Amino acid sequence: MDDMMFLTFLATLAGAAWRLATPLIFASIGEIFSERAGVLNIGLEGTMLVGAFCGFAAAFATGSIPLGLLAGIAGGMLFGAIFAFFTITIKADQIVVGAALNLLGMGLTAFLFRTYYVSTGKGIEIAQPVQIPFLSDIPFLGEAFFRQNLIVYSTVLVAILASLVLFRTSFGLTLRAVGEHPKAVDVAGRDVASYRYAAVLVGTGLAGLGGAFLTLGHSNQFVEGITSGRGFIALAVVVFARWSPIGAFFVSLLFGLFYALQLMLQAQASIVVPYQVLQALPYIMTIVTLVVVRGKGAAPSKLGQPYEMR
Amino acid sequence: MSQKPFLRVENIRKRFGPIVASDGVSLEIEQGEIHSLLGENGAGKSVLMSMICGMVRPDEGEIVFKGQSVRFNSPREAIRQRIGMVHQHFMLVPNLTVAENYILGQGSPLRVINDMDEVHAKIRELSDRYALDVRPDAIIEDLSVGEQQRVEILKVLFHGIDLLILDEPTAVLTPQETDRLLSLMGDLAKDGKTVVFISHKLDEVMRVSNRIGVMRDGRVVHTVNVGETNARELARMMVGRDVRMELPRSPEPPGHIVLSVDKLTCRAETGLPAVRGVSLYVRAGEIVGIAGVSGNGQTELSLALSGLLPVDSGRVILNGKDITGLDPARINASSFSHIPEDRHKHGIVASMSLSENTILQRYDQKPFASRGMLNRGVIGEHTRDLIKRFRIKSRDEDQPIGALSGGNQQKLVVARELARNPDFILVNQLARGIDIGAMEFVMEEMLKQRDNGRAILLISTELEELFAICDRILVMFHGEILGELPPDRTRLDELGLLMAGQTNQPALAS
Ligand SMILES: Nc1ncnc2c1ncn2[C@@H]1O[C@H](COP(=O)(O)OP(=O)(O)OP(=O)(O)O)[C@@H](O)[C@H]1O
Ligand SMILES: [Mg+2]
Repeated sequence: MDDMMFLTFLATLAGAAWRLATPLIFASIGEIFSERAGVLNIGLEGTMLVGAFCGFAAAFATGSIPLGLLAGIAGGMLFGAIFAFFTITIKADQIVVGAALNLLGMGLTAFLFRTYYVSTGKGIEIAQPVQIPFLSDIPFLGEAFFRQNLIVYSTVLVAILASLVLFRTSFGLTLRAVGEHPKAVDVAGRDVASYRYAAVLVGTGLAGLGGAFLTLGHSNQFVEGITSGRGFIALAVVVFARWSPIGAFFVSLLFGLFYALQLMLQAQASIVVPYQVLQALPYIMTIVTLVVVRGKGAAPSKLGQPYEMR
Repeated sequence: MSQKPFLRVENIRKRFGPIVASDGVSLEIEQGEIHSLLGENGAGKSVLMSMICGMVRPDEGEIVFKGQSVRFNSPREAIRQRIGMVHQHFMLVPNLTVAENYILGQGSPLRVINDMDEVHAKIRELSDRYALDVRPDAIIEDLSVGEQQRVEILKVLFHGIDLLILDEPTAVLTPQETDRLLSLMGDLAKDGKTVVFISHKLDEVMRVSNRIGVMRDGRVVHTVNVGETNARELARMMVGRDVRMELPRSPEPPGHIVLSVDKLTCRAETGLPAVRGVSLYVRAGEIVGIAGVSGNGQTELSLALSGLLPVDSGRVILNGKDITGLDPARINASSFSHIPEDRHKHGIVASMSLSENTILQRYDQKPFASRGMLNRGVIGEHTRDLIKRFRIKSRDEDQPIGALSGGNQQKLVVARELARNPDFILVNQLARGIDIGAMEFVMEEMLKQRDNGRAILLISTELEELFAICDRILVMFHGEILGELPPDRTRLDELGLLMAGQTNQPALAS
């Protein structure tokens, strides 16, 4: 490869990395809300699938991508409401409910898809890249960062907004306190359960959006298990990012890079590694980073524990 | 009296299942007074105060505050009526700053927090006014227990209260911090605030109170003016009999060395040196005390001895066996009992039952287990026996220990550790919330252990406790043992100087 080609390769790689990171960014930032409030939702994978399916179904019916995205968010939140009811109101074990929702999400979306859509075989029109004037003309950089669709651009906004809400508003302060010392919040006169509900709904709404991106901004079809483990990788991103939204943005980009690398290396005829190994790359990196980071230090101290009032 | 009382509690009842925590309790508190509450462990002091501040709802009865009948559904409603409480366990979020803790739950959730200057200024002003030394931007988890408590008190002041309830605030304080707190209470009363103070330490209560209420079995049984009573009488009202402050002990000379510590050093969790070359020994049949202002390495010394903190250098020999750096389970199994300073961290599992807590270290040993199965019957019987002997107030042995009053939890820890018949007992703060009647009993038990040839190391910031039962007192300062004194009250000055780190004896003479 000469230099020019290599630069083009890098630019394409960076652009693809951001696109592939997008669902992870949404889901992991959502999970940060939930976990900061002390609720560990391992049902992200199922939630993302529901988001992906609802997004697809709505766009299929209306032909509108914004409506599809909204449906994805709504589907995720509906799923989140089930999770919240069982874990916060009934105080069931969060891991068990989360696992159940993963199974439910996979089964339900597969069933509905097969029943209603698989025979049509049709896809939908996906969100088109929006070229930012001037910036998109910058060599290489333009290709990488300024020719994405609006959903991808919005990840930056979501990360900044999430960070502001968590660290600069009264809501965020209370939410973080709920994950650390819920009784203190109770004594300060705020309802712990409401904050946990809110956190879970924000979290699953974002996870639903992440799922919807897969069908509306990335592939033009729903496929069974389209999330292929992204919900679990998002859980790892949260730990690696030490529960910080901005951190989650960059860590997701890193994982996006692994995905992109995997895809592009597969396309490279000169590389002889079996493609299965390349496909496993993001998952291997997940395990490696979790072992290396091992960071429990920043975890909310009441993560996973229901709150018993008095 | 024609004048209406500031706060009147009338005929309140509160039950937790079969346990009656408040049995028709009535209480009157005047504006601007410091009103102390005394009572045995489980008498219902904390529950009564929790009802006044909105944490717990009474089953029956009435609370009249400033002439109005009030019924709080949450502590927030109580705060709005200007009633605030500092709990036995702090209500501070450890990873937030002081100021953030204060504004927690205040105002609209949608409010953007961009300007904390005003809050900081208000905190500084209050802190200066009452000499509390609270920095608004300090992170809670970096503060000592004493500092956190001042933060809690200032929080209540910050919210602007008229009635301040302090539940055993001095249990975790050093004598210096206690002095400071007591004078702060005086200042608050001078400013027209009303203070309710719960403590098991009669001298503190005698020092600050205007009036003293004594609770027993969920009721206030006596209320007296401080000028018309004394510590002895208060003790009798509480326990229903005379409490001996001096305990007899046999003059048996001590036997062989059971525990010896040689030039032990270790670092605190922060990485700073905490124990610097401590050497000491404890013989069979003696109680050795370690006196010192807290924070001079006592915590780390006890953690290092019991295997909960890594040892940097030096050796610990128990019964001729080197136990340095062994894991806590192995040390425990070497006839080593530990009554820890922080029972919540190292002493109990709050959500587990009394039975389960009594066999924490011995769950796999006979007679509690055989062939890998627990013998529920034996465990239950053993626990019931301890509950009876130590008069632990509880529903039954299957109740989670977290539901017990603080003092009763401590009693179970003491009972468990003594029941193991160890050769060596390490005690860090024996009293921790135990009432004086129980304290007498526990001290007697300690002396019995001593007379049975056990070796006991008692770390304490309470000099009275040390004088009462120790055979020798070592003084710890800056991670070192500075000297040894006999438990002789006439040498209190000398002890005080050593505790302050002064070793130059000539200065004493001149
Ligand atoms: N949440 C609860 N569930 C069950 N029982 C409780 C609960 N809270 C308190 N109790 C019981 O009510 C009684 C009174 O407890 P309380 O904590 O008021 O005692 P206390 O006077 O504060 O004692 P101490 O001096 O040991 O702190 C005790 O028998 C206790 O076990
Ligand atoms: Mg109490």
